[in-house]
Amino acid sequence: MNLEELKKIREKAQKDVELRQKQARVRIVVGMGTSGIAAGARDVLKTFVEEVGKRNLSDVVVTQTGEKGLASQEPMVEVFEEDKPAVVYGNMDSEKAKRVVVEHVVNGHPVSEFAI
Amino acid sequence: MMEDIASHIMDIAMNSVTAGAKRIGIAVEKDPRTAMLSLTVADDGAGMDPETVLKVQDPFFSTKTGRKVGLGIPLLKGTAETTDGSFELTSAKGAGTRIRVTFDCRHPDLPPLGNIRDTFLVLIVSHPDVDFDLRYSVDGRTLELDTEEMKKELGDVPVNHPEVIGFLGKYLDEHL
Repeated sequence: MNLEELKKIREKAQKDVELRQKQARVRIVVGMGTSGIAAGARDVLKTFVEEVGKRNLSDVVVTQTGEKGLASQEPMVEVFEEDKPAVVYGNMDSEKAKRVVVEHVVNGHPVSEFAI
Repeated sequence: MMEDIASHIMDIAMNSVTAGAKRIGIAVEKDPRTAMLSLTVADDGAGMDPETVLKVQDPFFSTKTGRKVGLGIPLLKGTAETTDGSFELTSAKGAGTRIRVTFDCRHPDLPPLGNIRDTFLVLIVSHPDVDFDLRYSVDGRTLELDTEEMKKELGDVPVNHPEVIGFLGKYLDEHL
């Protein structure tokens, strides 16, 4: 572990942290129960995590939950935006996840064709 | 149903998270002499009583409400047994759970290892409140990463911050 690099990150990121602690602007929750994982939910979660990293979306939090109860539509993803109703997406994959990041998370327009 | 070992790890570690674990150790190690691959997942979660320990190994049992089957553990056990390996689950109420599985790498039905890097990355980042002690040693590639030590260096900056995600991705690429 390169601790020097972590120290640099700490200095650089300290400013965002106070903002983030209040309330993330967007929360992305991926269903990661057994059937979700078997259907490819890990790749979907990885795509969200890496897009947040690459695009430096410091006001977005990606997290996961157990079974969503609709195994036929896994992988499933919920997007919660401040003061807006949650949007549920089904049958997700990496490419769809990238579109959700660009159109919904960044630009604020839910991708209705993936919503269920 | 699980296409590779990395997906099994994801699933078993999610059980630990659901059991309220605050620290999860995951070790993937291959013995170069015997070609046996071992996987250990140990947590400090709620643990199970002896009756539940038996039930979770039964494909028609689930602790999740609203679902009829919870296949994760029986699936892993099945993979171990069909590849001449072993499966061992030890747990006690209040004392966490430990699963240790071995697989024979020479067995033709052994699923591929899969993308361990992605499994480790998403586990760390999507559970910032859980510490992961990750160890990997397979075919000359080694990793030892304890997120508790990382978090000490990061202070207030959470592990799911974009800068940290970028760092972790690179770090895992270098070591796995």
